[in-house]
Amino acid sequence: MRIRRFLRLLPVFPAVLLLLVFLLAPVAWSFYASFTDAALSGKAARDPQWVGADNYVRMFSDDDFPFSAWLTVVFVVASAVLGQNVLGLLIALLMTRSRKAVAAWVGTAVVAAWVLPEIVAAFAAYAYFNWDGTLNQVVGALGGEGPDWLYSFPVVAIVLANTWRGTAFSMLVYRAALADVPRDVAEAALMDGARGWQRLAFITLPLIRSSIATNLMLITLQTLAVFTLIWVMTAGGPANASTTLPVLAYQEAFKFGDIGYGTAVASVLILLGMVFGAVYVRLLREQKT
Amino acid sequence: MRRPVIKAPLKYAPVKFAAALVSVAAVFAAATSCSPTPEATVSKTLKIVYQKSDSFTALDMVMQDAKKEFEASNSGVTVDLQPIQANDDDYGTKLALAQRSADTAPDVFYEDTFKVRSDVDAGYLLKLDSYLEKWDDWKSFSDAAKEAGRADDGGIYAVPLGTDTRAIWYNKSVLQKAGIPVPWQPKTWDEILTAARAIKASDPQVIPFTMYAGKGTGEGTVMQSFYELLYGTDSSLYDGDQKKWVVGSQGFRDSLAFLKTLYDEKLAVSPAEALDANVWKKVFGEWFPQGKLGATVEGSYSPSFWQKGGAYEWAGYEQEMGVAMFPTQKGQDPGGVSMSGGWTLAVGAKSKNPELAFSFLTTALNKKNALAFDVNNSQIAVRTDVASDPGYLAANPFVKDVSELVKVTHYRPATADYPRISTAVQVATESVITGKQSPEEAAAEYDATVRKLVGEDKVLEK
Repeated sequence: MRIRRFLRLLPVFPAVLLLLVFLLAPVAWSFYASFTDAALSGKAARDPQWVGADNYVRMFSDDDFPFSAWLTVVFVVASAVLGQNVLGLLIALLMTRSRKAVAAWVGTAVVAAWVLPEIVAAFAAYAYFNWDGTLNQVVGALGGEGPDWLYSFPVVAIVLANTWRGTAFSMLVYRAALADVPRDVAEAALMDGARGWQRLAFITLPLIRSSIATNLMLITLQTLAVFTLIWVMTAGGPANASTTLPVLAYQEAFKFGDIGYGTAVASVLILLGMVFGAVYVRLLREQKT
Repeated sequence: MRRPVIKAPLKYAPVKFAAALVSVAAVFAAATSCSPTPEATVSKTLKIVYQKSDSFTALDMVMQDAKKEFEASNSGVTVDLQPIQANDDDYGTKLALAQRSADTAPDVFYEDTFKVRSDVDAGYLLKLDSYLEKWDDWKSFSDAAKEAGRADDGGIYAVPLGTDTRAIWYNKSVLQKAGIPVPWQPKTWDEILTAARAIKASDPQVIPFTMYAGKGTGEGTVMQSFYELLYGTDSSLYDGDQKKWVVGSQGFRDSLAFLKTLYDEKLAVSPAEALDANVWKKVFGEWFPQGKLGATVEGSYSPSFWQKGGAYEWAGYEQEMGVAMFPTQKGQDPGGVSMSGGWTLAVGAKSKNPELAFSFLTTALNKKNALAFDVNNSQIAVRTDVASDPGYLAANPFVKDVSELVKVTHYRPATADYPRISTAVQVATESVITGKQSPEEAAAEYDATVRKLVGEDKVLEK
C-alpha cells in the first residue's frame, strides 16, 4: 500500500522539486536577506552582516512605508475586490440574459485585455491615460479639457487600468459558476414572487459563494503583486503618490542598492497576502459548516 | 433535485495560493538570477560590459574598434562585447548584479566615477597600481584625471575615459528676439530671471529658462540644476574635510526658492512636464532646435546629440546655440559654478585573466580610441595628448568654453550614502515646484531625512 502511494507520487516529484528550487528557495532567501544589510555595492555587498530586525524597525519609523502599505490595500480593494470582482460578476450576469452574439462580442472585448502580455497592456494603458493620450483626445473632441491623469490622479489611473486588465478573469470564473446554478431553484423563487434583485441576493449569490471566495483570493494575490503596470504608467510617482509595496521594494533593492531593506518590504508583502488569504479561507469554511 | 454547485476550486486553492505568494518573491529573485550568456568555455575570452542606448553609441563604436584591434594583435583571444541597453540607473543595477557572481562578472567594464569608491568597498574592482606602472601612456593623463579612479585605500582602481562640465546652453535667436545681446553671460541669479522675464514678455509661447527638478530626471535634477544653484551660494552639500553632510543652510533654501520662482512665474516647463523622465529628450530633440526654449543648464556633452550621427542631428546648432557659465548667486567668487562627473573603465576583481583584461583596457583607452570617444561623445579630454590634438579642438565650437569650466567645477561626494541623499534633494525640488511645500518646509524635511539617513554625528549645521 505504501509503495503504491509512493509510486503514485513519483510523477509529480520533478514538478515539486522544481517548485522547491526555483520558487521556495528564493522566497526563503529573500526572508533571510531581510535580516541582513545585504547591498548591491559598498562593504555590505562583500560581506553582508546579520542586523536582526533593524530593517523592520526602520520600516515602521519611515514615512514612506506605512503610506505604501496603505496604498497597496487601497489599490487591491479598489481595483480587485471592487473593480474586477463586481464588474466581472455584473458582466457575467448580463451575459446570461443577453443575446448570444452580443455576449460573444462583449466577452471577446473583455478577454482581449487579459490576453495581452502585461507589458503591452501597461503601455496601452499609458498611451490611454497620457496627457495627450486617447482619453484626453476623446475629452478634447467633446469640447472639454482633460487633466494630466498620470500626474494629477495617478492612483485613479492605475486602479482603472488594473480593473480593465483583470476583469476578464472574474468574468470567466462567474460565467462558469452561473452556468451551474440550477434553473429550477430560480424558477421556484420566481413562482414564490421573488423579484429580480431578491433572486440575485438570496438565490444566485449564495449558490456561487464558493466561486466568489476563490475568485477573490486569486485576484487579490495577483493584484498585490502587480508591478509592471504601475512601473510603466507612473513609476510610482509623482513623488510617492502611486508607490505600492512591490514598487517600493524594487526601488529600495535596485535603485538604492539596499537589498536587505528591499527584501524586508517584500516579506511584508508576502505576509499581507497571507492575511488576505486567511480571510478568504475562513469565508469558505464558514459556508461549509 | 439539487445538483452540486461547488466546484473543484476548494481543493486546489491552497496550492494556487502558495504559488501566487511565491510568484511575488520570484519577481525579486528573477532579477538576481538573470545572466543572458553562459559562462565562457574557452579560458581566453574577455567579457566586456558597457552601456549603450539609442542616444549613446559613442562607446559602442570605440569598443567595436578596440575589439578588432585587440583580436588582431592577440591571436586566440576572443573579446565578447556585452553592451547593456539601459539608462544610467538601470545600467548601474545590472552591472552590480552581474558582479555578484564570478560566473557573470565582467573582465572589463564601464564604471561611473562616483560609484568607484563604493564598488571598491564591495570588492568588484581590481587594484591597478602595479599594472599602471608598466603602462607608458599613464603619464599622459592629467593629475585630476588620475584621482578619479582613486579609492579610500589610496590605490587606483579605474582609468577615466573623459570628464564633463555643466553650463547654460541658450538659443541665440530666442534671446535676440527678446532684445538680449549675445554672447550672453549672466553674472548673478537675478540677471537670469531678468533675461527669462524678458523672453516671456516677448513671446509667451517660448519656455524662457528651464531647470530640471523632481525625481523623474534623477541625477539630472541635481547635476544639471540644483547643485549649480547650491554650490553658487556660500553653502555646499557635503563638507569634505569633516566628512559631514550640511543641513539647515540658507543656501539650500535660496536654491529651492529660485526654482520656485522659475516654476511659479512659468519661466520653466510645467511641473507635469518636469516630472517626466524623458523631458531631456524634448529639450535636445524638439525645444532647442525648434526655437521653443530660451535656455537651460545642461552638460558639456550636449553637442553630441546634435552633431552628425547624434541622436537629434541638427545642422544649425553651431550657429544657433551659445554657451555661458552658470553664475554664482550674487556674483561672488569665483564668479561661476559647474559640476563634473565622468566615466571610467575598470578591470573586474574576479577576472580570470587580469593581465589580458588590463591589456584590453589600454587598447580601448589608447590615444586614437580616447580621441574618438571624446569627440563623438563631446567629452572633455583627460589625456593631455588628446586635449592638444587639433581634431579634438575642432570637434565643435564649444570645446574651449566648456573645458575652461573645469576651473570652477565641483564633484559629487562619492560616498555610499550619496544616492539616497541625492534622492532626498530631488524630492525637495519636486515638493517645491509642485507647490506641495514652501522652500522652507522642503528644506526642513530634507534636513530631517538626512539626519535620519546618516545619523546626528555626520551632519553639520551651517
